[in-house]
Amino acid sequence: MRIRIIGGGVAGLTCALLFAKMGFEIDIFERLTQAGKGCSWYAGGMLAPWCEVESAEPLIAKWGQESLTFWKAEFSGTQSFGSIVVAPSRDTAELKRFARRTENFEWLEADKIAELEPDLEGRFMAALYFQEEAHLDPRTTLENLTQRLTLEYDTKFHYNAEISEAEFSDPAWDWTIDCRGFSAQASFKNLRGVKGEMLVLKSSEIHLKRPIRFLHPRFPVYIIPRNDNMFMVGATMIENSERTRITARSIMELLNAAYAVHPAFGEAEIIEMGCDLRPSFPDNLPRIKRIENKFAKGHVLHVNGLYRHGFLLAPALAKRVVDVVLTNAYFKEIMDEA
Amino acid sequence: MSDALKLYDAELSSRLMLGTSLYPSPAIMADAILKSKAGVVTVSLRREAGNSRAGQSFWSLVKGLNTHVLPNTAGCHSVKEAVTTAQMARDVFETNWIKLEVIGNQDTLQPDVFGLCEAAEILCRDGFDVFPYTTEDLSVAEKLLRCGCKILMPWGAPIGSGRGLNNTFGLRSMRAHFPDVPLIIDAGLGVPSHAAAAMEMGYDAVLLNTAVAKAGDPVAMAQGFALAVEAGRLSYLADAMEPRDMAFPSTPVIGQPFGKDSFGA
Repeated sequence: MRIRIIGGGVAGLTCALLFAKMGFEIDIFERLTQAGKGCSWYAGGMLAPWCEVESAEPLIAKWGQESLTFWKAEFSGTQSFGSIVVAPSRDTAELKRFARRTENFEWLEADKIAELEPDLEGRFMAALYFQEEAHLDPRTTLENLTQRLTLEYDTKFHYNAEISEAEFSDPAWDWTIDCRGFSAQASFKNLRGVKGEMLVLKSSEIHLKRPIRFLHPRFPVYIIPRNDNMFMVGATMIENSERTRITARSIMELLNAAYAVHPAFGEAEIIEMGCDLRPSFPDNLPRIKRIENKFAKGHVLHVNGLYRHGFLLAPALAKRVVDVVLTNAYFKEIMDEA
Repeated sequence: MSDALKLYDAELSSRLMLGTSLYPSPAIMADAILKSKAGVVTVSLRREAGNSRAGQSFWSLVKGLNTHVLPNTAGCHSVKEAVTTAQMARDVFETNWIKLEVIGNQDTLQPDVFGLCEAAEILCRDGFDVFPYTTEDLSVAEKLLRCGCKILMPWGAPIGSGRGLNNTFGLRSMRAHFPDVPLIIDAGLGVPSHAAAAMEMGYDAVLLNTAVAKAGDPVAMAQGFALAVEAGRLSYLADAMEPRDMAFPSTPVIGQPFGKDSFGA
């Protein structure tokens, strides 16, 4: 069976890997010059199924845990040190609320926080520790996946390749899996973009082992340690469909949060500012839409709406994609059009 | 419908107004608004607009709720920003309604009442139906009415604080001072009893966002607020009794044995 995947972000690459492992012949078409350069590129890479449930549906926790297992098994760069949630002292109410809305964590007092993250000593009186969570660097993860697909599975990558929807039902492939994210807006009634802005800071004065989620009454900010003294700070959530244009206010807010977590971030170098759109449906849950061709080949599957949960959901979603293609499985939570 | 609330050119059967931000998802937001039968929803534009009104898909979702849309100028700190945002809102939502916020203090998000009056004057002259987010200050309120506002929206407490009615004395005197002006409590409510208290006091409506959006179950909380608003309104219309210092039994007790025996023990 020949499968064509449109879009080489985290959704496309995880689908590709699962199909490739089953021995199918895969072509990946990517509009950019490299895989994973779309909105996956700006992801935080937190594998935090328990934290996310604070504002997400229970399905996210369930599938997120599945994906967490997948990443630990498939990507050796997955860092399994848990994650920590803190709040400034005047927003302690936010921390209590977060605790009420989530599970699978322990309360930490100041001394225990310092034990886990020595650089945070004396900065917070209380924190929540989600020990089973993990994180990864989205960029190296996607590079790794691309390499594996090419070397181990002989997957063909076609870059600068934009395929119009009219060409999707091409019978040269048994199935075309559309993983274009927000670029597929026209294929759905209700797909919207939720803008996210992020930045990368570099500081050799601060060392963190795990993501720190800093609660803010309006949006959660997280700081995720990367290699080479880098930290990703993200991300805003703005209800608009602007793919570019990072605003001063957003960066000010992100920097402010980083500075509140540790004042040494004030002297950090700004390495990068980034911005893209999270493809989202009204319930912020993903969707699979199956469009069968009247012929034996040329079927199409649209996969979209991973919202802020790209890395957290993609492997679990890819597994459902495989089931839909191979066994015509039906998943009611995500298969009725939003 | 006899108890309809008249706000500018509209008659509303519900006295609950809800915000549209901070919900877990637009679907939950829509459900909360539908199930609570909120009469008005307010929506922000300042940050969502971007360069080319890129907030369109979310705004269409809000328009699709079939309730009155009250665009707001949340996030505006100057008269100019607020006026520009209001003008864009009129285009986007095809309404003259504008909830005017000019924020004075980043920490408490309290209104800058000087900027508020200035912006209100400009917008009223330009044909807007202005809903000013203000404090309980009576002289500011009078100034806003002179500028052409026909509605006042004093805060209950700082935005998002959930503290309820911080200054009941001030709010009561505002109600007494402007018996014929529609008064809406805007911001600071945390639980339905706060809304009921405002309505019992004779306020015409309440507007809130965080208390519903950040509740564990926003849909249930929105319904809770709707019931409380109705309860408080009925209490106000029913002319509640005066509290007194002494007990006042509802049945006479003189001449009745009042011991154990009378309860059949």
